[in-house]
Amino acid sequence: MAVDPLIELRDVNKHYGTLHVLRDIDLVVDRGEVVVVIGPSGSGKSTLCRTINRLETIDSGTITIDGRPMPDEGRALARLRAEVGMVFQSFNLFAHKTVLANVSLAQVKVRRRDKAEADRRSRELLERVGLLAHAEKYPAQLSGGQQQRVAIARALAMEPKALLFDEPTSALDPEMINEVLEVMQQLARDGMTMVVVTHEMGFARSAANRVVFMADGRIVEDRPPEEFFTAPRSERARDFLSKILKH
Amino acid sequence: MNVLTDNLSLYGRGLLGTVQLTVYSSLLALALGFLMAAFRVAPVASLRAFGTAWVTVLRNTPLTLLFFAVLLGLPRFGLVLPFQLFAVLALGCYTSAFICEALRSGINTVPTGQGEAARSLGMTFSQTLGTVVLPQAFRTVIPPIGSTLIALAKNSAIAGSFSVTELLGTYKPLNELGYSIIWSFVWIAVGYLIVTLSISALFNVLERRWGVPR
Repeated sequence: MAVDPLIELRDVNKHYGTLHVLRDIDLVVDRGEVVVVIGPSGSGKSTLCRTINRLETIDSGTITIDGRPMPDEGRALARLRAEVGMVFQSFNLFAHKTVLANVSLAQVKVRRRDKAEADRRSRELLERVGLLAHAEKYPAQLSGGQQQRVAIARALAMEPKALLFDEPTSALDPEMINEVLEVMQQLARDGMTMVVVTHEMGFARSAANRVVFMADGRIVEDRPPEEFFTAPRSERARDFLSKILKH
Repeated sequence: MNVLTDNLSLYGRGLLGTVQLTVYSSLLALALGFLMAAFRVAPVASLRAFGTAWVTVLRNTPLTLLFFAVLLGLPRFGLVLPFQLFAVLALGCYTSAFICEALRSGINTVPTGQGEAARSLGMTFSQTLGTVVLPQAFRTVIPPIGSTLIALAKNSAIAGSFSVTELLGTYKPLNELGYSIIWSFVWIAVGYLIVTLSISALFNVLERRWGVPR
Protein backbone atom coordinates (compact mmCIF):
# COMPACT_ATOMS: atom_id res chain seq x y z
CA MET A 1 0.00 0.00 0.00
CA ALA A 2 1.31 3.42 -0.95
CA VAL A 3 2.05 5.55 2.08
CA ASP A 4 -0.08 8.61 1.49
CA PRO A 5 -1.67 9.48 4.81
CA LEU A 6 -4.99 11.37 4.66
CA ILE A 7 -6.18 10.99 8.24
CA GLU A 8 -3.67 10.79 11.09
CA LEU A 9 -4.42 10.45 14.78
CA ARG A 10 -1.47 10.67 17.18
CA ASP A 11 -1.63 9.96 20.91
CA VAL A 12 -5.31 10.88 21.10
CA ASN A 13 -6.87 10.74 24.56
CA LYS A 14 -10.38 11.61 25.67
CA HIS A 15 -12.25 11.38 28.96
CA TYR A 16 -15.94 11.62 29.81
CA GLY A 17 -15.58 12.63 33.43
CA THR A 18 -13.66 9.78 35.00
CA LEU A 19 -14.27 7.43 32.06
CA HIS A 20 -11.23 7.19 29.81
CA VAL A 21 -12.96 6.55 26.44
CA LEU A 22 -9.96 6.93 24.11
CA ARG A 23 -6.53 5.80 25.29
CA ASP A 24 -3.39 6.70 23.33
CA ILE A 25 -5.02 6.20 19.93
CA ASP A 26 -2.61 6.12 16.98
CA LEU A 27 -4.28 5.57 13.64
CA VAL A 28 -3.26 6.43 10.09
CA VAL A 29 -5.64 6.09 7.18
CA ASP A 30 -4.09 6.36 3.72
CA ARG A 31 -5.79 7.88 0.73
CA GLY A 32 -8.15 5.38 -0.88
CA GLU A 33 -8.06 3.05 2.09
CA VAL A 34 -11.14 1.51 3.70
CA VAL A 35 -10.70 1.00 7.43
CA VAL A 36 -13.40 -0.82 9.37
CA VAL A 37 -13.54 -0.26 13.12
CA ILE A 38 -15.17 -3.00 15.17
CA GLY A 39 -15.40 -3.82 18.83
CA PRO A 40 -17.82 -4.37 21.70
CA SER A 41 -20.21 -1.57 22.62
CA GLY A 42 -18.65 1.04 24.86
CA SER A 43 -15.21 0.37 23.40
CA GLY A 44 -14.96 3.94 22.08
CA LYS A 45 -15.28 3.20 18.36
CA SER A 46 -18.11 5.68 17.72
CA THR A 47 -16.30 8.32 19.75
CA LEU A 48 -13.17 7.71 17.70
CA CYS A 49 -15.12 8.17 14.49
CA ARG A 50 -16.71 11.41 15.75
CA THR A 51 -13.40 12.93 16.85
CA ILE A 52 -12.13 12.80 13.27
CA ASN A 53 -14.36 15.72 12.26
CA ARG A 54 -14.43 17.12 15.77
CA LEU A 55 -18.03 16.44 16.64
CA GLU A 56 -16.27 15.23 19.79
CA THR A 57 -13.37 17.23 21.19
CA ILE A 58 -10.23 15.50 22.42
CA ASP A 59 -8.24 16.10 25.60
CA SER A 60 -4.77 15.52 24.17
CA GLY A 61 -3.01 14.39 21.02
CA THR A 62 -3.30 15.59 17.45
CA ILE A 63 -5.58 14.86 14.52
CA THR A 64 -4.53 15.95 11.03
CA ILE A 65 -6.53 15.74 7.83
CA ASP A 66 -4.47 15.81 4.65
CA GLY A 67 -1.53 17.27 6.56
CA ARG A 68 -3.54 20.03 8.23
CA PRO A 69 -4.23 19.88 11.98
CA MET A 70 -7.88 20.12 13.07
CA PRO A 71 -8.69 23.72 14.07
CA ASP A 72 -10.48 24.30 17.37
CA GLU A 73 -13.55 26.21 16.26
CA GLY A 74 -14.91 28.70 13.77
CA ARG A 75 -14.72 28.94 10.01
CA ALA A 76 -11.46 27.02 9.63
CA LEU A 77 -13.06 24.05 11.37
CA ALA A 78 -16.17 24.34 9.19
CA ARG A 79 -13.99 24.33 6.07
CA LEU A 80 -12.14 21.22 7.15
CA ARG A 81 -15.38 19.46 8.10
CA ALA A 82 -16.63 20.02 4.57
CA GLU A 83 -13.71 17.83 3.41
CA VAL A 84 -14.73 14.92 5.64
CA GLY A 85 -18.25 13.62 5.12
CA MET A 86 -20.14 11.85 7.87
CA VAL A 87 -22.96 9.32 7.78
CA PHE A 88 -24.81 8.80 11.07
CA GLN A 89 -26.53 5.84 12.65
CA SER A 90 -29.82 7.77 12.83
CA PHE A 91 -29.47 9.30 9.33
CA ASN A 92 -30.08 12.85 10.60
CA LEU A 93 -31.67 14.07 7.38
CA PHE A 94 -33.05 17.59 7.77
CA ALA A 95 -36.66 16.84 8.68
CA HIS A 96 -38.13 20.07 7.32
CA LYS A 97 -36.55 19.81 3.86
CA THR A 98 -37.21 17.59 0.86
CA VAL A 99 -34.76 14.89 -0.17
CA LEU A 100 -33.46 17.10 -2.97
CA ALA A 101 -33.08 20.11 -0.66
CA ASN A 102 -31.24 17.92 1.87
CA VAL A 103 -28.61 17.08 -0.72
CA SER A 104 -28.42 20.61 -2.16
CA LEU A 105 -28.42 22.70 1.03
CA ALA A 106 -24.75 22.52 1.99
CA GLN A 107 -23.62 22.74 -1.66
CA VAL A 108 -25.31 26.15 -1.82
CA LYS A 109 -24.39 27.33 1.70
CA VAL A 110 -20.85 25.95 1.96
CA ARG A 111 -19.62 25.35 -1.58
CA ARG A 112 -21.40 28.47 -2.87
CA ARG A 113 -22.78 26.70 -5.92
CA ASP A 114 -25.82 28.31 -7.47
CA LYS A 115 -29.11 26.58 -6.77
CA ALA A 116 -29.65 25.11 -10.26
CA GLU A 117 -26.13 23.67 -10.42
CA ALA A 118 -26.49 22.21 -6.91
CA ASP A 119 -29.85 20.62 -7.76
CA ARG A 120 -28.42 19.16 -10.96
CA ARG A 121 -25.59 17.52 -9.03
CA SER A 122 -27.99 16.37 -6.32
CA ARG A 123 -30.15 14.61 -8.92
CA GLU A 124 -27.06 12.85 -10.30
CA LEU A 125 -26.14 11.65 -6.82
CA LEU A 126 -29.70 10.57 -6.02
CA GLU A 127 -29.72 8.62 -9.26
CA ARG A 128 -26.46 6.98 -8.18
CA VAL A 129 -28.02 5.77 -4.92
CA GLY A 130 -31.21 4.80 -6.76
CA LEU A 131 -33.54 7.39 -5.25
CA LEU A 132 -34.11 9.99 -7.95
CA ALA A 133 -37.82 9.15 -8.00
CA HIS A 134 -38.09 10.25 -4.36
CA ALA A 135 -36.40 13.65 -4.76
CA GLU A 136 -39.47 15.70 -3.85
CA LYS A 137 -40.47 13.65 -0.79
CA TYR A 138 -39.72 14.48 2.83
CA PRO A 139 -37.39 12.22 4.85
CA ALA A 140 -40.21 10.89 7.04
CA GLN A 141 -41.87 9.46 3.91
CA LEU A 142 -38.88 7.21 3.17
CA SER A 143 -37.81 3.89 4.70
CA GLY A 144 -34.72 3.78 6.89
CA GLY A 145 -32.59 2.28 4.13
CA GLN A 146 -33.70 4.94 1.68
CA GLN A 147 -33.01 7.70 4.21
CA GLN A 148 -29.52 6.38 4.81
CA ARG A 149 -28.80 6.31 1.07
CA VAL A 150 -29.96 9.94 0.84
CA ALA A 151 -27.61 10.74 3.74
CA ILE A 152 -24.74 9.17 1.79
CA ALA A 153 -25.66 11.22 -1.28
CA ARG A 154 -25.78 14.34 0.91
CA ALA A 155 -22.27 13.65 2.21
CA LEU A 156 -20.96 12.91 -1.31
CA ALA A 157 -22.39 16.19 -2.62
CA MET A 158 -19.61 18.04 -0.81
CA GLU A 159 -17.00 16.01 -2.75
CA PRO A 160 -15.27 15.04 0.49
CA LYS A 161 -11.77 13.59 0.64
CA ALA A 162 -12.94 10.98 3.11
CA LEU A 163 -16.21 9.59 4.47
CA LEU A 164 -16.86 8.57 8.06
CA PHE A 165 -19.62 6.05 8.77
CA ASP A 166 -20.84 5.80 12.36
CA GLU A 167 -22.74 2.49 12.51
CA PRO A 168 -24.64 3.27 9.29
CA THR A 169 -26.75 0.10 9.33
CA SER A 170 -27.39 -0.35 13.06
CA ALA A 171 -30.77 1.41 13.01
CA LEU A 172 -32.04 -0.46 9.95
CA ASP A 173 -34.39 -3.40 9.52
CA PRO A 174 -32.38 -6.45 8.33
CA GLU A 175 -33.89 -6.39 4.86
CA MET A 176 -32.71 -2.79 4.33
CA ILE A 177 -29.14 -3.30 5.41
CA ASN A 178 -27.99 -4.66 2.07
CA GLU A 179 -29.18 -1.73 -0.02
CA VAL A 180 -27.00 0.55 2.10
CA LEU A 181 -24.02 -1.82 2.14
CA GLU A 182 -24.16 -2.10 -1.64
CA VAL A 183 -23.81 1.67 -1.99
CA MET A 184 -20.88 1.58 0.44
CA GLN A 185 -19.24 -1.32 -1.44
CA GLN A 186 -19.48 0.69 -4.66
CA LEU A 187 -17.88 3.73 -2.97
CA ALA A 188 -15.05 1.52 -1.72
CA ARG A 189 -14.48 0.15 -5.24
CA ASP A 190 -14.44 3.72 -6.59
CA GLY A 191 -11.51 4.48 -4.30
CA MET A 192 -13.20 6.60 -1.62
CA THR A 193 -11.28 6.82 1.65
CA MET A 194 -13.58 5.46 4.31
CA VAL A 195 -13.60 4.91 8.06
CA VAL A 196 -16.51 2.64 8.91
CA VAL A 197 -17.69 1.79 12.40
CA THR A 198 -19.93 -1.24 11.96
CA HIS A 199 -21.06 -4.63 13.17
CA GLU A 200 -21.35 -5.94 9.60
CA MET A 201 -18.56 -8.50 9.50
CA GLY A 202 -19.40 -9.45 5.92
CA PHE A 203 -18.74 -5.87 4.82
CA ALA A 204 -15.51 -5.81 6.83
CA ARG A 205 -14.30 -8.99 5.10
CA SER A 206 -15.21 -7.97 1.58
CA ALA A 207 -14.55 -4.22 1.46
CA ALA A 208 -12.01 -3.35 4.13
CA ASN A 209 -8.28 -2.96 3.59
CA ARG A 210 -7.75 -3.06 7.34
CA VAL A 211 -9.77 -3.99 10.38
CA VAL A 212 -9.21 -2.02 13.56
CA PHE A 213 -10.41 -3.84 16.67
CA MET A 214 -11.07 -1.65 19.71
CA ALA A 215 -11.75 -2.58 23.32
CA ASP A 216 -11.85 -0.37 26.43
CA GLY A 217 -10.77 2.73 24.54
CA ARG A 218 -7.67 1.13 23.00
CA ILE A 219 -6.84 -0.12 19.54
CA VAL A 220 -6.11 -3.78 20.25
CA GLU A 221 -5.53 -5.02 16.70
CA ASP A 222 -5.03 -3.29 13.35
CA ARG A 223 -4.63 -5.84 10.55
CA PRO A 224 -5.93 -6.94 7.14
CA PRO A 225 -9.42 -8.51 7.50
CA GLU A 226 -8.46 -12.03 6.37
CA GLU A 227 -5.74 -12.28 9.02
CA PHE A 228 -7.90 -10.74 11.69
CA PHE A 229 -10.92 -12.95 11.15
CA THR A 230 -9.02 -16.22 10.67
CA ALA A 231 -6.29 -15.75 13.26
CA PRO A 232 -6.93 -12.95 15.78
CA ARG A 233 -3.86 -12.42 17.96
CA SER A 234 -5.43 -11.07 21.13
CA GLU A 235 -7.57 -12.95 23.62
CA ARG A 236 -10.03 -10.02 23.62
CA ALA A 237 -10.57 -10.25 19.86
CA ARG A 238 -10.89 -14.04 19.91
CA ASP A 239 -13.53 -13.73 22.63
CA PHE A 240 -15.42 -11.01 20.67
CA LEU A 241 -15.34 -12.96 17.40
CA SER A 242 -16.44 -16.21 19.05
CA LYS A 243 -19.52 -14.40 20.36
CA ILE A 244 -20.61 -12.74 17.13
CA LEU A 245 -19.61 -15.35 14.55
CA LYS A 246 -21.18 -18.34 16.29
CA HIS A 247 -24.62 -17.90 14.71
CA MET B 1 -73.10 52.81 28.77
CA ASN B 2 -72.79 56.28 27.21
CA VAL B 3 -69.31 56.59 28.74
CA LEU B 4 -68.01 54.97 25.54
CA THR B 5 -70.04 56.95 23.01
CA ASP B 6 -69.35 60.27 24.79
CA ASN B 7 -65.61 59.67 24.92
CA LEU B 8 -64.93 57.72 21.78
CA SER B 9 -61.87 59.77 20.81
CA LEU B 10 -60.35 59.44 24.31
CA TYR B 11 -60.80 55.66 24.24
CA GLY B 12 -59.56 55.61 20.65
CA ARG B 13 -56.35 57.44 21.54
CA GLY B 14 -55.83 55.11 24.52
CA LEU B 15 -56.36 52.01 22.41
CA LEU B 16 -54.04 53.33 19.72
CA GLY B 17 -51.39 54.02 22.38
CA THR B 18 -51.64 50.47 23.70
CA VAL B 19 -51.51 49.01 20.20
CA GLN B 20 -48.43 51.10 19.36
CA LEU B 21 -46.66 50.13 22.58
CA THR B 22 -47.52 46.47 21.96
CA VAL B 23 -46.44 46.38 18.33
CA TYR B 24 -43.16 48.30 18.75
CA SER B 25 -42.21 46.49 21.96
CA SER B 26 -43.06 43.12 20.38
CA LEU B 27 -40.78 43.80 17.43
CA LEU B 28 -37.97 44.87 19.75
CA ALA B 29 -38.56 41.88 22.05
CA LEU B 30 -38.57 39.41 19.13
CA ALA B 31 -35.38 40.85 17.63
CA LEU B 32 -33.52 40.98 20.95
CA GLY B 33 -34.92 37.64 22.10
CA PHE B 34 -33.73 36.03 18.87
CA LEU B 35 -30.27 37.54 19.28
CA MET B 36 -30.00 36.50 22.93
CA ALA B 37 -31.17 32.94 22.16
CA ALA B 38 -28.45 32.74 19.49
CA PHE B 39 -25.95 34.00 22.08
CA ARG B 40 -27.06 31.43 24.63
CA VAL B 41 -26.40 28.48 22.31
CA ALA B 42 -23.28 29.98 20.66
CA PRO B 43 -19.96 28.13 20.81
CA VAL B 44 -18.30 31.30 22.20
CA ALA B 45 -18.30 31.31 26.01
CA SER B 46 -18.41 35.11 26.41
CA LEU B 47 -21.54 35.35 24.24
CA ARG B 48 -23.20 32.60 26.27
CA ALA B 49 -22.34 34.46 29.49
CA PHE B 50 -23.77 37.71 28.11
CA GLY B 51 -27.01 36.02 27.03
CA THR B 52 -27.38 34.33 30.41
CA ALA B 53 -26.76 37.59 32.27
CA TRP B 54 -29.29 39.43 30.05
CA VAL B 55 -32.00 36.87 30.77
CA THR B 56 -31.23 36.59 34.48
CA VAL B 57 -31.30 40.34 35.11
CA LEU B 58 -34.34 41.21 33.01
CA ARG B 59 -36.48 38.21 33.83
CA ASN B 60 -35.99 38.65 37.57
CA THR B 61 -36.55 42.42 37.76
CA PRO B 62 -40.07 43.69 38.46
CA LEU B 63 -41.26 45.49 35.33
CA THR B 64 -42.23 48.63 37.28
CA LEU B 65 -38.72 48.83 38.69
CA LEU B 66 -37.36 48.49 35.15
CA PHE B 67 -39.58 51.38 34.02
CA PHE B 68 -38.19 53.54 36.85
CA ALA B 69 -34.66 52.55 35.91
CA VAL B 70 -35.17 53.43 32.25
CA LEU B 71 -37.31 56.57 32.59
CA LEU B 72 -35.45 58.09 35.53
CA GLY B 73 -32.05 56.45 35.14
CA LEU B 74 -31.19 56.90 31.48
CA PRO B 75 -31.77 60.73 31.41
CA ARG B 76 -29.12 61.00 34.15
CA PHE B 77 -26.64 59.60 31.66
CA GLY B 78 -27.68 62.22 29.14
CA LEU B 79 -30.04 59.97 27.18
CA VAL B 80 -33.28 61.93 26.83
CA LEU B 81 -35.96 60.37 24.63
CA PRO B 82 -39.75 60.66 24.36
CA PHE B 83 -41.47 58.76 27.18
CA GLN B 84 -43.18 56.45 24.71
CA LEU B 85 -39.80 55.37 23.34
CA PHE B 86 -38.49 54.79 26.87
CA ALA B 87 -41.57 52.65 27.55
CA VAL B 88 -40.95 50.61 24.38
CA LEU B 89 -37.33 50.08 25.47
CA ALA B 90 -38.34 48.91 28.94
CA LEU B 91 -41.14 46.64 27.71
CA GLY B 92 -39.14 45.28 24.79
CA CYS B 93 -36.02 44.45 26.79
CA TYR B 94 -38.05 42.90 29.61
CA THR B 95 -40.06 40.71 27.23
CA SER B 96 -37.00 39.74 25.17
CA ALA B 97 -35.79 37.68 28.13
CA PHE B 98 -38.96 35.56 27.98
CA ILE B 99 -38.86 35.33 24.17
CA CYS B 100 -35.23 34.18 24.42
CA GLU B 101 -36.14 31.39 26.81
CA ALA B 102 -39.12 30.29 24.69
CA LEU B 103 -36.87 30.15 21.61
CA ARG B 104 -34.20 28.27 23.52
CA SER B 105 -36.70 25.65 24.69
CA GLY B 106 -37.71 25.28 21.04
CA ILE B 107 -34.09 24.88 19.99
CA ASN B 108 -33.74 22.14 22.61
CA THR B 109 -36.63 20.17 21.07
CA VAL B 110 -34.72 19.81 17.78
CA PRO B 111 -32.71 16.56 17.94
CA THR B 112 -28.97 17.21 18.35
CA GLY B 113 -28.32 15.03 15.29
CA GLN B 114 -29.83 17.73 13.06
CA GLY B 115 -27.21 20.25 14.15
CA GLU B 116 -24.45 17.64 14.01
CA ALA B 117 -25.36 16.72 10.44
CA ALA B 118 -25.28 20.38 9.41
CA ARG B 119 -21.92 20.94 11.09
CA SER B 120 -20.47 17.76 9.59
CA LEU B 121 -21.28 19.21 6.15
CA GLY B 122 -19.14 22.25 6.93
CA MET B 123 -21.93 24.68 7.77
CA THR B 124 -21.00 27.46 10.21
CA PHE B 125 -22.77 28.04 13.51
CA SER B 126 -25.02 30.76 12.09
CA GLN B 127 -25.87 28.70 8.99
CA THR B 128 -26.69 25.68 11.14
CA LEU B 129 -28.87 27.75 13.46
CA GLY B 130 -30.57 29.74 10.70
CA THR B 131 -31.28 27.07 8.10
CA VAL B 132 -31.57 23.84 10.07
CA VAL B 133 -32.30 24.34 13.77
CA LEU B 134 -34.47 27.47 14.04
CA PRO B 135 -36.89 26.59 11.20
CA GLN B 136 -37.65 23.36 13.07
CA ALA B 137 -37.70 25.05 16.47
CA PHE B 138 -40.06 27.74 15.14
CA ARG B 139 -42.95 25.28 14.93
CA THR B 140 -42.82 24.42 18.61
CA VAL B 141 -42.33 27.96 19.92
CA ILE B 142 -45.40 29.54 18.31
CA PRO B 143 -47.73 28.93 21.31
CA PRO B 144 -45.36 30.13 24.08
CA ILE B 145 -44.35 33.22 22.09
CA GLY B 146 -48.04 34.02 21.59
CA SER B 147 -48.56 33.85 25.36
CA THR B 148 -45.54 36.05 25.99
CA LEU B 149 -46.76 38.73 23.59
CA ILE B 150 -50.22 38.70 25.19
CA ALA B 151 -48.52 39.26 28.54
CA LEU B 152 -46.60 42.12 26.92
CA ALA B 153 -49.84 43.76 25.73
CA LYS B 154 -51.21 43.70 29.25
CA ASN B 155 -47.91 44.80 30.82
CA SER B 156 -48.01 47.91 28.63
CA ALA B 157 -50.58 49.28 31.12
CA ILE B 158 -47.67 50.12 33.43
CA ALA B 159 -46.54 52.76 30.93
CA GLY B 160 -49.73 54.71 31.77
CA SER B 161 -48.28 55.51 35.18
CA PHE B 162 -45.35 57.17 33.41
CA SER B 163 -47.30 59.72 31.38
CA VAL B 164 -47.49 57.55 28.25
CA THR B 165 -50.87 57.61 26.50
CA GLU B 166 -52.37 54.13 26.66
CA LEU B 167 -55.68 52.45 27.35
CA LEU B 168 -55.67 51.94 31.11
CA GLY B 169 -54.70 55.57 31.72
CA THR B 170 -57.99 56.77 30.20
CA TYR B 171 -59.79 55.97 33.45
CA LYS B 172 -58.24 59.04 35.14
CA PRO B 173 -59.84 61.77 32.96
CA LEU B 174 -63.09 59.75 32.85
CA ASN B 175 -63.14 59.55 36.62
CA GLU B 176 -62.59 63.29 36.92
CA LEU B 177 -65.48 63.89 34.52
CA GLY B 178 -67.68 61.89 36.91
CA TYR B 179 -68.44 58.84 34.84
CA SER B 180 -69.23 55.50 36.51
CA ILE B 181 -65.97 53.81 37.39
CA ILE B 182 -67.48 50.38 36.64
CA TRP B 183 -68.44 51.19 33.06
CA SER B 184 -65.17 53.03 32.42
CA PHE B 185 -63.28 49.90 33.32
CA VAL B 186 -65.63 47.57 31.43
CA TRP B 187 -64.83 49.41 28.21
CA ILE B 188 -61.12 49.49 29.03
CA ALA B 189 -61.26 45.71 29.54
CA VAL B 190 -63.01 45.33 26.18
CA GLY B 191 -60.19 47.36 24.60
CA TYR B 192 -57.56 45.01 26.04
CA LEU B 193 -59.58 42.01 24.88
CA ILE B 194 -59.53 43.39 21.33
CA VAL B 195 -55.74 43.59 21.45
CA THR B 196 -55.09 40.25 23.16
CA LEU B 197 -57.66 38.28 21.14
CA SER B 198 -56.14 39.71 17.95
CA ILE B 199 -52.74 38.38 19.06
CA SER B 200 -54.34 35.00 19.84
CA ALA B 201 -55.98 34.91 16.42
CA LEU B 202 -52.71 35.79 14.68
CA PHE B 203 -50.87 33.01 16.50
CA ASN B 204 -53.65 30.51 15.79
CA VAL B 205 -53.19 31.25 12.10
CA LEU B 206 -49.41 30.89 12.41
CA GLU B 207 -49.82 27.60 14.23
CA ARG B 208 -52.17 26.20 11.60
CA ARG B 209 -49.84 27.33 8.86
CA TRP B 210 -46.48 26.26 10.35
CA GLY B 211 -47.07 24.25 13.48
CA VAL B 212 -47.48 20.95 11.64
CA PRO B 213 -46.19 17.90 13.49
CA ARG B 214 -43.00 16.48 12.04
